[in-house]
Amino acid sequence: MSDLSRLPSLGAQFAVLSLLAVGGTNAVAPEMHRQMVEVSHWMSDRDFAQMFAVAQAAPGPNLIVASIVGWRVAGGWGALVATLAMCAPSSIGVYVAWGLWRKVQDRPWRAWVQAGIAPVVIGLIGASGFLLAKGADENGRAMVLTAASAALIWRTKLNPLWILSGAAILGAAGLV
Amino acid sequence: MSVPATAPPAAPTHAQLFLHFTWAGVRGFGGVFVMGRRMLVEETRWLTPEEFIEVLGLCQFMPGPNIVNVSVVVGSRYRGWTGALAALSGILLAPSVIAVGLAAAYQRFSAVPMVAHVMGALAPAASGLVLGSAIKMAMPVLARDRVLALPVGLGVLIAAGFLHWPLVPVLLVAAPVGLAIAWARRDSATELEAQ
Repeated sequence: MSDLSRLPSLGAQFAVLSLLAVGGTNAVAPEMHRQMVEVSHWMSDRDFAQMFAVAQAAPGPNLIVASIVGWRVAGGWGALVATLAMCAPSSIGVYVAWGLWRKVQDRPWRAWVQAGIAPVVIGLIGASGFLLAKGADENGRAMVLTAASAALIWRTKLNPLWILSGAAILGAAGLV
Repeated sequence: MSVPATAPPAAPTHAQLFLHFTWAGVRGFGGVFVMGRRMLVEETRWLTPEEFIEVLGLCQFMPGPNIVNVSVVVGSRYRGWTGALAALSGILLAPSVIAVGLAAAYQRFSAVPMVAHVMGALAPAASGLVLGSAIKMAMPVLARDRVLALPVGLGVLIAAGFLHWPLVPVLLVAAPVGLAIAWARRDSATELEAQ
């Protein structure tokens, strides 16, 4: 599986994805799929779908799909190169942007800029929640589970880990 | 970043940044956003709820995985670029290793029904966590200025969540609209704050 000659191209592709990923990793999933499956022919459609599902089920940022896809393409080095390429360009960008944002912190316009941006941010999070639920909820019981989980995190201070553990037990018992 | 009235605890060390972000990462099923907010706002209080939305807002408008961008901002806020590296390594290292391990295991055991059942239940619950967090964040923002927050928030939700608009056009439309309404209402918002 370790094909080190793929590393430069793998790194370059993920570095570009990093700079395209306004709104996060899942926003560039279609482009990642195009690169890995259709352009480079490094994995099949089914391979990619499976790797993506595992990344969703694993703990951690959505970015770890890059680690898994990189691993599938070129082993451990592939995982390392893809992960670093996926986060380095954007991290440097946000580091610089945050420095600039702090310099203007006492300007009066910052208050209304913040107020104008907040609903956009929250709307996007709600949208990603709906999209995730649409992909995950294959039947009515799964929808009830989604609603219960949303209500618990909204109305209580229950640790999300308990909610997920409960869901895992329901799943293992074949109730979802 | 304006200093809040209840100042956050002493600035975290590099080791604390690394460890807290690691712990948030390995608990973060379905994305670290929920755990990241809990860790930053409720557990360590490194950010107030308002600061979290502000940081997240900047990070969502910059390319890159959101919570990874948040780790860079929080790390650099307390310990400069080395702090950013510490927080970034924390959020990435353990989850990446676990994920690759899981992928290897999944390739072996994907035929076992129990594995499929558990994964089939985790995904709906994880999506509910994201929805519930969005509602939790929306409540104070709606209470503060409904005229601004309701149309903009709902518009983005519908465009991105139901109409499947690509993200860039959503941002290019929603951000100017949100900013324009906020600018037009800037005086009433300031009065509210002063009260």
